[in-house]
This record gives sequence, structure tokens and C-alpha cells, in this order.
Amino acid sequence: MEHIKDIQQKIIREFEALGDWTERYKYIIKMGRELQPLDDEYKVDENLVRGCQSQVWLHTYLKDGKVHFEADSDAAITKGLVALMVRFYSGQDPDTIINTSPEFIQKIGMENHLSPTRSNGLASMVKQMKIYAMAYKAKQQKEGMKA
Amino acid sequence: MPEASAAISTSNIDFESIRDDFPVLSRQVKGKPLVYLDNAASSQMPVQVADRIDRYHRNEHANVHRGIHTLSQESTDAYEDTREKIRRFINAEYKHEIIYTTGTTDSINLVANSFGRTFVREGDEILVTEIEHHANIVPWQMIAEQTGAVVRAIPVNDRGEVILEEYLDLLGKKTAIVAVGHVSNALGTVHPVKEMIREAHKYDVPVLVDGAQAVPHGVVDVQDLDADFYAFSAHKMCGPTGFGILYGKEKYLDRMPPYRGGGDMIDKVSFEGTTYNTLPHKFEAGTPPIAAGIGFGSAIDYLNKIGMDHIAAREHELLEYATEQLLSIDGLKIIGTAKEKASVISFVLDEIHAHDVGTILDQHGIAIRTGHHCAQPTMRRFNIPATARASVSFYNNKEDIDRLVEGIKEVKNLFASM
Repeated sequence: MEHIKDIQQKIIREFEALGDWTERYKYIIKMGRELQPLDDEYKVDENLVRGCQSQVWLHTYLKDGKVHFEADSDAAITKGLVALMVRFYSGQDPDTIINTSPEFIQKIGMENHLSPTRSNGLASMVKQMKIYAMAYKAKQQKEGMKA
Repeated sequence: MPEASAAISTSNIDFESIRDDFPVLSRQVKGKPLVYLDNAASSQMPVQVADRIDRYHRNEHANVHRGIHTLSQESTDAYEDTREKIRRFINAEYKHEIIYTTGTTDSINLVANSFGRTFVREGDEILVTEIEHHANIVPWQMIAEQTGAVVRAIPVNDRGEVILEEYLDLLGKKTAIVAVGHVSNALGTVHPVKEMIREAHKYDVPVLVDGAQAVPHGVVDVQDLDADFYAFSAHKMCGPTGFGILYGKEKYLDRMPPYRGGGDMIDKVSFEGTTYNTLPHKFEAGTPPIAAGIGFGSAIDYLNKIGMDHIAAREHELLEYATEQLLSIDGLKIIGTAKEKASVISFVLDEIHAHDVGTILDQHGIAIRTGHHCAQPTMRRFNIPATARASVSFYNNKEDIDRLVEGIKEVKNLFASM
């Protein structure tokens, strides 16, 4: 798996190559469109991220010690931002997710979307991803103790 | 309301120079001149009101209703002046029927709790329309849960208008109270409250009107409506946040117990028992938001100077223009097409989520609201997750509407170009 800091740098470089805000938003929307679709069986109320004005579903599973995320949204820009977060965090180990904040959001000029008071709930999504990582970490520790 | 006032000319009022009273209208957002079309959420404050509040804080501040000194007397007088201004503004019979609250939500909670605990019994029914704001649903659900009453929804048709026959069917001896918005915040529908009140009174059923979206936009006369309770907020009518009004008929308010205990609302206090102050103070415990109350008085002066009939006519003009212009956009559908509407246009775009519309419009310096507008049952009724909502005030102009239309076209272009 790619190191999370490298992913961060790559995202920043990709956005640096873009022009004004129109280009950046188009790129975000494009990433949303290219996001692997979430199976309908996971688009259920239990997977809805609270605090989002648009609907965001987040599905997660642990494989070989790494946390994997799949997500979807009914709004295009939110879905693009969600795709960015999935790209950033999915496949990392729980500790990395817990200890790394998406600093690139500010560098790509989307920091207003991450404000905790913003109703699109991107902040809620990041929080939810970290909570999952913490739960997986606790589970791993428990299993480690048994072994 | 606007329909009655549409005939009044706005030509003798210079609405363009009125914009100078609102410094915020000349600021830039994202490098572009701000277009503020989120007035249904909160209106902007003119300098006259901001200055009045500022003067109070700098020179006049003291607690009200309790001081022997000059400053306290002056602040009490200024604060109480607002009550008389409000009485005249909505044509209430008595000044003591004007209760100060922290806003419409607080006003409705007061009635739900105080009236509810006294007059609502198990098996009773509380009627609300299907398209109410959550603030006019949830307090009733809470009191229904406590008393064993049931909240029932009056259906609306596909235009967003109350179906009167259904209302008449629901209305009856079981009805404890009817709670209806004067103007829907989500769709802009002007409900026929006068008629609904007249029908309710045939069963001696009182009616609470949520006037948050109506009082800022036209002449409201509570005696003419014969409303039993009427609630509204200062911050939607050029005043400050944290202040609102509950108008209630004396015959109900007198029989309702206090909602909150504390200073100012008492007559005599002892550990054997406490007696309560008279109206309106019985419902106003504790130190109130004095500056906001005085500021609201100044907002009323400001609106009166322009004239509510002129304001209604101006907004009617803008709403008609906006409706016509928006409908010229391919793939745009207006949600809520009632014959009588005020201030609000809710719309959806084909294939583009309201949230995306709002985000891109913000990049163009245009402020609208997107989402469910605290009216989730309304969204379910129209089978949509959210709408984009533009709401006009008298200080908006046609250029604002043109910018909105241009902005929406830009949103469409952006999505089409991908």
C-alpha cells in the first residue's frame, strides 16, 4: 500500500496543476463519478453518515489488517470529496488513519468543506472513518491478547 | 399579505437607495459582489438598527424592571416601548398580549407546554399541516407524548396548498388546537389562515399561527385574522437574533400557567407557595435580551417608515420576476406552485443535487439555502431529498435575480461540460 504521506502529496500536486475553482470542482466531480459504485445492499440507513445535508453512505471492512472504505453520495461534489477521502484513507492500517488528518484539503482550497459547522458533513465523514479505525484497532488488540 | 397589497404602487419608494442602509449588500464574497437570497433564513440588519443596539450598549445599559436608578428606568422604558410598537404593528388589542420570547420556536414551545399541559387531554388531536417547519411539529409531538394526545397532519395538494375539505374532515370535537404556518418556509405557500381559524372557532378550537415567514413580508392584523396565538421572530425582519414574539389572546394567556420560573415572573415568593406576576411578565422569567428587544423596536420603526404594504408590493414584484426568469431555465422545476405565495421560491434541477447547486452558486457570491429547510415531511410529501431555495426581501433587486439565473446557468454549464 502506498504511504499515506505520498498520497497526500500526489493529491496536492494534482490540484496544483489545475486552474481556477471551476477546474478544481470539475476534477472533484470527476473523481466522484469514477468512484467505484457502492453496492445497493450497503446503501442502508445504518451506513448513513450523520450530519450530512446530502446523503453519504460509508461501508467499511478489515482485510489483512488494513481498513477498507467504500462510500457513495447522492450529491456530485460531496461524492467527489468522499472519493478523495476514500482514496486517502482506504487500505491503511488503523493507527495511520487515527493519527493522520487530511491536511491536503486546505492545500487544495477545499478547507471550507471540512469545517465542522459545514452542513455537507465531510468533517462527520472523516470522524466516522477514524471511529471505524479505532474500533478495528480495539478489535485487533483484543484478538492479539487472546493469541 | 402580498396578494392584497399587489395593487399598491412601489413607485414612490426608492428601493435602490434603501440598499445603502444595508452595508453587507456591498461586500464581496469569493471576489464577487454578494447576492443575498437567503432572507427566509435570516434577513440583514440596516445600520439604523445596528446603531440603536450599539448606542444602548455604549450609553444606556442597565437591567430592566427592577432598578430604582435612572439608567434602569431608561432601559426599561426603551425595552417596554417595543411592546407597544409590536402591538400596533400586528394590531393586537392589548399590550399585555404581546409576550417576549427568544424567537418563533420558543413562542411555539411556550404554547405547546403551557397551553398543552392545561388544556390537552388524552385522546385529543392536535392538527398541523403536512408542510410545517419542524418548530411547528416537534413541540406538539412532545406534548402529545406527555398527554396521550395525537398529532395529525392536514394534507396538501401537489401545488403545496392545504386541502380545505381534508382539514374540515379532521377538525372536530377531539381537536385541542390547530397549529399552522401563515407562510410555508419551504415552499412559500400562503395558507388561508383566516378561513382555517373561522372553521376552527366553530368548534371553539384555538389556532396558533406560525408567522415567522409572514410578518416580515406584509401587513398582519391578528384581530382581523382572529388568531388565538401568533408567533414570529425579530431576526427575519431586520432585527437581531435571539428575540421573538408570542401574541396570545388574553382569554387564553390568563388561564395558562407560567412556562419558566425565575425572577420577573413572580408576584410573591415564599416556601409555602408562590404567586405569579400578571401578563405579560408571567411568561418572561429572568433577565431578558434587553438590547435585542430595543433593537427590534428600532427594526419596527424602520419597516414602518417604508410601509409594510410597500414592502409586500415590492417583494411581490420580485417574486413574480424571479418565478418567470427561473422557469425560463431548462430542467428547472419549482416546488410549491400555490396561487398565493410570499418571498420563497424552492426549486430543483434535473440531474443536479440542490447541494451542488448551492455550492457552485456560493462560488459566484450568491447565497441561497439548500436542503430540507427544517421541513423533512415536506420533502417526503414531494418525494425529493432537498430543494434549493431563493428567498427575496424588499432590499433585493432585479439584478440579484438576474445574477441568480446566470449562476444557475453556470451550474448547468459546469455539469454539462463534463
